[in-house]
Amino acid sequence: MNDMRILERSVGIKEVKISARGCQVYYGDNHAIKDVDIDIEDKTVTAFIGPSGCGKSTFLRCLNRMNDTIDIARVEGTILLDGEDIYDPKVDPVQLRAKVGMVFQKPNPFPKSIYDNIAYGPRIHGLARNKADLDEIVEKSLRRGAIWDEVKDRLDAPGTGLSGGQQQRLCIARAIATEPEVLLMDEPCSALDPIATAQVEELIDELRESYSVVIVTHSMQQAARVSQKTAFFHLGHLVEYGETGHIFTNPSDPRTESYITGRIG
Amino acid sequence: MPVLWLILIVIALGGVGYFLGRGRALGSAGGDARRLHSLPSYYGLNAALSAGVPALLLLMGWLLVQPLLIDSRVSGMIPDTAIGEGSNLSLVMSDVRRVAEGLDLAVQQGAITAQEAGTLSPETTDIRELLGRVGVALGAEVRPEVLTAAQRYRVLSGTGRWLMTGLVLALALGGLALALARTDKDFRARNVVEAGVKALLILASTIAILTTLGIILSLIFNTAEFFRLYPALDFFTGRTWSPSFGGGSELGILPLLWGTLYISLIALLVAVPIGLFAAIYLSEYASPQVRAIAKPMLEILAGIPTIVYGLFALLTVGPLLVSVFGQGGLLGVNWMQGGTAVMTAGLVMGVMLIPFVSSLSDDIINAVPQAMRDGSLGLGATKSETVKQVVLPAALPGIVGAILLAASRAIGETMIVVLGAGAAAKLSLNPFEAMTTVTAKVVSQLTGDADFASPEALVAFALGMTLFVITLGLNVFALYIVRKYREQYE
Repeated sequence: MNDMRILERSVGIKEVKISARGCQVYYGDNHAIKDVDIDIEDKTVTAFIGPSGCGKSTFLRCLNRMNDTIDIARVEGTILLDGEDIYDPKVDPVQLRAKVGMVFQKPNPFPKSIYDNIAYGPRIHGLARNKADLDEIVEKSLRRGAIWDEVKDRLDAPGTGLSGGQQQRLCIARAIATEPEVLLMDEPCSALDPIATAQVEELIDELRESYSVVIVTHSMQQAARVSQKTAFFHLGHLVEYGETGHIFTNPSDPRTESYITGRIG
Repeated sequence: MPVLWLILIVIALGGVGYFLGRGRALGSAGGDARRLHSLPSYYGLNAALSAGVPALLLLMGWLLVQPLLIDSRVSGMIPDTAIGEGSNLSLVMSDVRRVAEGLDLAVQQGAITAQEAGTLSPETTDIRELLGRVGVALGAEVRPEVLTAAQRYRVLSGTGRWLMTGLVLALALGGLALALARTDKDFRARNVVEAGVKALLILASTIAILTTLGIILSLIFNTAEFFRLYPALDFFTGRTWSPSFGGGSELGILPLLWGTLYISLIALLVAVPIGLFAAIYLSEYASPQVRAIAKPMLEILAGIPTIVYGLFALLTVGPLLVSVFGQGGLLGVNWMQGGTAVMTAGLVMGVMLIPFVSSLSDDIINAVPQAMRDGSLGLGATKSETVKQVVLPAALPGIVGAILLAASRAIGETMIVVLGAGAAAKLSLNPFEAMTTVTAKVVSQLTGDADFASPEALVAFALGMTLFVITLGLNVFALYIVRKYREQYE
């Protein structure tokens, strides 16, 4: 219970970054997300927890329209980012994804040098005016990704040659480099060892100062450690959403209680 | 006994062995299959394999070795005087074999008795006329030395054949008996069969490798013979190709090599972009429904025989090109004299290679992990940016391998060139001129009336060998590239 006590931290009232109403997702005939309403706050770490197949990753992928890349996926309802509907036909999903960055479950650095990995996004979006600008963006992103000191002497080395934890921090730095407003993380630590996990979690906590971070995790301890708000998904429904401390110590729904005490999983 | 019968008997023995082995194993376990070490069918298979495989292998080996042995024994009997002017030992030996065959036939048809076949002599009988009656036509009178050699040949191969039949049957029966003797309920038939299967697989792959070696050897001797008659330096650096069968030919490979490379280059310029773009569309953009139809359609191209492509080049593409680039054509230029040209063959060959490039590249692009694409799309890259900057670089080694494999096919291609590119060996940069390739010349040098021992015919082997070395080098290089960069994105 020691773990739980540190959660009792104050969370001020913050503006809503993403707001979803009546969100439904279908994979072919499979109704994967059922009627989800949620308000995700700015400069906050929001954790999605729930058993496997409950739809938390699916919902996360709705937030930057990554589900568009799956042919059979269909999304209904409204999802507003800063008050604008991201599923509006006028919105370019490519621009949206630059604003809503994503870090994946398995570290997926490109088979390029560390420098080119970070510079990939800025180059595509034309964020740098010249080489010096780009150098600066790369260094800043790597510093914010808490990996600069480890790689500053070998920026030309391939990103795939780093260790798993370093690769994941590289991927986070890569996502940061395009100056997103929201950072989505789909189980970012599930492929990492405990030390790398601790480093990434520390990083997530620092990122909270600048971004709205949404993290999907299987580890309830991780949700408790890094998040301020927690949403519990079960069988496609958003069962409960609230302050992390509250959810873990005093869940109002019996399903949430069953899950966090390990009775359903 | 004909070999076919022998093979059938051995196979039948194997079949009988299967049921005997199975029955014996079951019998030893009192009819209860659960008390056996292996399933009953394994005991049967063990007996069948023991009976069949060694016997058939012996048969195969014997059939390969016997003619060689007999040839060397018999050819020793032929004195140098019996080898006429302009002939050689191998020609005389083929006469010997032909006479021996004729005698066999004559005996079979009852024209002479087996006794007579061994004692015939050219003084008393007209051998040529006798053999002509049974349907074996000979070019000249049979010399006494040849007849004696042929008679000896018959005796030796007859003995060999009987010996072989006896040994093969003995081996089959022995194998069967041994397998049956070892069969009881504790015998580990499953493991033995497993080892037997492994040996069969090794044998199959060995045959593939040995065949390659055999092809190289068959080329090497004739190539060496050619270089004895014609200086290698002139062959590799000569800029003229003008074989004349009367002698005094100039056999420089450079014009042919240039034609080959030029046509292959044009073919690759056509095939690589189209094939690659088709592969990208199929693997990245096409919906599953489109892909399910388009991919097999594209691969049908690969199934068209090259001679049909050659006809297409000759009848359709050539005239079409002439009507554009020829005299009085659409462009008003007079670059092209006839339908057969480097461009014609190159374009058609390029079409032939499209499915080759696209199919291989498609597999390679599909092998790039989805995580790479997700990572790029998640950063706000478009699909084509993703393809260009992430997918293609990751797939590049494999694509290079595919292109090199396509190149070695282009270099080795013959029919399209024969029909589409013309027959003139020229060193020219004009792609609308007729040129020819190494492969086309191999065909024309070997199908002519040239004496087989002349450099004009033997040059075909040197050309083939050169081509073989080039394509082998390309394939090795392709494999090297693929291996070196394969794990890049893993």
